Amino acid sequence: MANKVSVWSDNRFWQRSAAWVTGFAAVLLIWLTFDTSAQISMGTDEDIQNGVTKRVPGPTVINYKITYEMSAKRGHEVPIIGGNDGKGMSLFQEKEKFFGRDDWSEEEARELLHLGKLGSQTKNCMNCHTLLGNGAYYAPDLTKAWLDPAWEDGTMMAMTGKDTKEEAMAEFLQHPSTYPTHARMMPDLGITAEEAKGLVAFLKHMSTIDTNGFPRNFGKIRGAVHGK
Amino acid sequence: MASNHLTGIGSESKQLATWYFAFAAIIFGAQLLFGLVAAIQYVMPGFLFEILDFSVARMLHINALVVWMVFAMFGAVYWLLPDETGIETIGIKVGKLLYWVFVAAIVIVILVYIFVQVGPADETSIWFIHEGREYIEAPRWADIGIVVVALGFVANLFMTGMTGKRSGIVTVLMADMIAFAGLYLTGMFFTDNITVDQYWWWWVIHLWVEATWEVYVGALAAYGLITMIGAHRKVVEMWLWIEVAMLFGSGILGMGHHYFWIGTPEYWWEIGALFSALEPLPLVAMFIHVLYDWGKTQGGQDATGQKLSVINNKPAFTWFVLNAFGNFLGAGIWGFFHTLPQVNLYTHGTQFTSAHGHLAFFGAYATILIGMMYIAVQGTNGIKVMKSTKSSIWAVSMIAGGVMGMTVALTVAGYVQVLVSRAQMGATWAGYFDGQSGLWFAQAMDWRLIMGVVTFTGFLFLAKDLLSIGKSQIHER
Repeated sequence: MANKVSVWSDNRFWQRSAAWVTGFAAVLLIWLTFDTSAQISMGTDEDIQNGVTKRVPGPTVINYKITYEMSAKRGHEVPIIGGNDGKGMSLFQEKEKFFGRDDWSEEEARELLHLGKLGSQTKNCMNCHTLLGNGAYYAPDLTKAWLDPAWEDGTMMAMTGKDTKEEAMAEFLQHPSTYPTHARMMPDLGITAEEAKGLVAFLKHMSTIDTNGFPRNFGKIRGAVHGK
Repeated sequence: MASNHLTGIGSESKQLATWYFAFAAIIFGAQLLFGLVAAIQYVMPGFLFEILDFSVARMLHINALVVWMVFAMFGAVYWLLPDETGIETIGIKVGKLLYWVFVAAIVIVILVYIFVQVGPADETSIWFIHEGREYIEAPRWADIGIVVVALGFVANLFMTGMTGKRSGIVTVLMADMIAFAGLYLTGMFFTDNITVDQYWWWWVIHLWVEATWEVYVGALAAYGLITMIGAHRKVVEMWLWIEVAMLFGSGILGMGHHYFWIGTPEYWWEIGALFSALEPLPLVAMFIHVLYDWGKTQGGQDATGQKLSVINNKPAFTWFVLNAFGNFLGAGIWGFFHTLPQVNLYTHGTQFTSAHGHLAFFGAYATILIGMMYIAVQGTNGIKVMKSTKSSIWAVSMIAGGVMGMTVALTVAGYVQVLVSRAQMGATWAGYFDGQSGLWFAQAMDWRLIMGVVTFTGFLFLAKDLLSIGKSQIHER
């Protein structure tokens, strides 16, 4: 037995182990990526018409009223589109005007979202804000910004002299340093009226993404745990 | 196998390595400078407002971080290749040309970031200004250039590795660097779906930082132990394979911890929790690896009655040991304590992440890359045993102390933010600013700035030391 070499100090054994472990993990990741990709692909207007809930709904959600409510079944808040069926699922019925219209066609809404997503990148939002919790920490998280009480309680509307939430947001985005809300101000990024519209559509769409309950207790500051 | 790094004097590969290290050191300085601007803006929000805003300062801060590390990584590979393979790097002329292409591209990108900053919401901005996607902001023309440069680098590595002697270290680097270059491609497209965007974005960020970069560090640590203390190659390479298995085994699926809240399915909670809990283990292994080999080699020498230290490069070895500690603490511990979904729900996207990021990037990567720079200084100056100067000691103490101080400050800030903005207020705009104005938060940001200044001062000592230590008379030649 003197010439028997222990496998535990054999480099070939560890080399093979490293290759197998890496290969196994990579294959598992790729397999999971196929499953996840199917689940996170963007929905369509047809899905909304048929009452199909998607993790990332189609762009025409901008025609609907959006809320973020506790789902007893899932144990956390979920985005509700067009009214709650009472069991924590979207009804896709209750509409809400977005820049004066609630009949944005699929193509129009998609164009608006495209402009907004592009704008969010070219204006470098992520290097101050967080989006879906990723980005910098210098300014508030934008994941559910569309639902933020600051836009709904009237103060920002009064400040910007606009009648609706989306118009107030668009006005703020075009002239942010004119409407300071904190010593840490947002700089003027040369956002045009059209770009601002796109950005607000992007924010409204992002608030409908099912983020598994992140951020938790959103809107609790107003004393309403379930976002009402 | 030529494992004495002094044999490579006159090697063009090593000369190219020093070019890479020099540019890396300059960009490292720029990273710290723009970090200081951003830190000042937390304390004085009006500082450079609408001139060099936080978004621009921070983009420069994090992009410079990535760039200097990639430069130093390429440099380190060019440095060790002749030693490991026994031959001169093949395709070195192309390598030198690509170096200048890379430097020119980076300089143009930086100038555009500083002077143009933002563009209209259309594709031209994405092509020519920046892509606005944290860490991989480089405009698309530069992305394509980076891919070309990376492929050239990988080609040189493969041609040399296949022709010369192929050690375990070179084999690991060959496999690792092809993954490193390939993964960059997953971050180069535009989509309207931000969930899909973030999903693939993490393939670059996470699979780089928590998989391929870590494996790269393992290979570098192995090379360093062989060159600096004469550790036994067979033992070192065995450790390296074990680390590769553990790093890829935990790191690849550890990606799950980024998929908790971006719109991806719930099963990532379990996958992310399990594999990211395993992620600190290989870092413990790397820690033991370095200290064990050091003790073993020194012990062997002591046993034969020799009293001298086995270390032939004191400053470099100091940085390597700091890497063993820093990697385990910053990436392992600071990473672990907020990766469970139950905790991460509240800590995601707060200063906790920032605290972890600062200590992890420093501990896991900056330390070992600075160590490699000292090895290059030793090699190019033909020094047999390189000793620490006063500047070496000031540099390592102030940089390590400064980063640790920033980390502690940011951890306190994150704690306040989680309690006030997240748990109590629920992440709204008003809740966010309530958290930001907390007394402990404000004080933490003051301390972060002070510690940033300490770090920057340490950098000045480091730059001075790297430029002058080679000529010092204290070394054994």
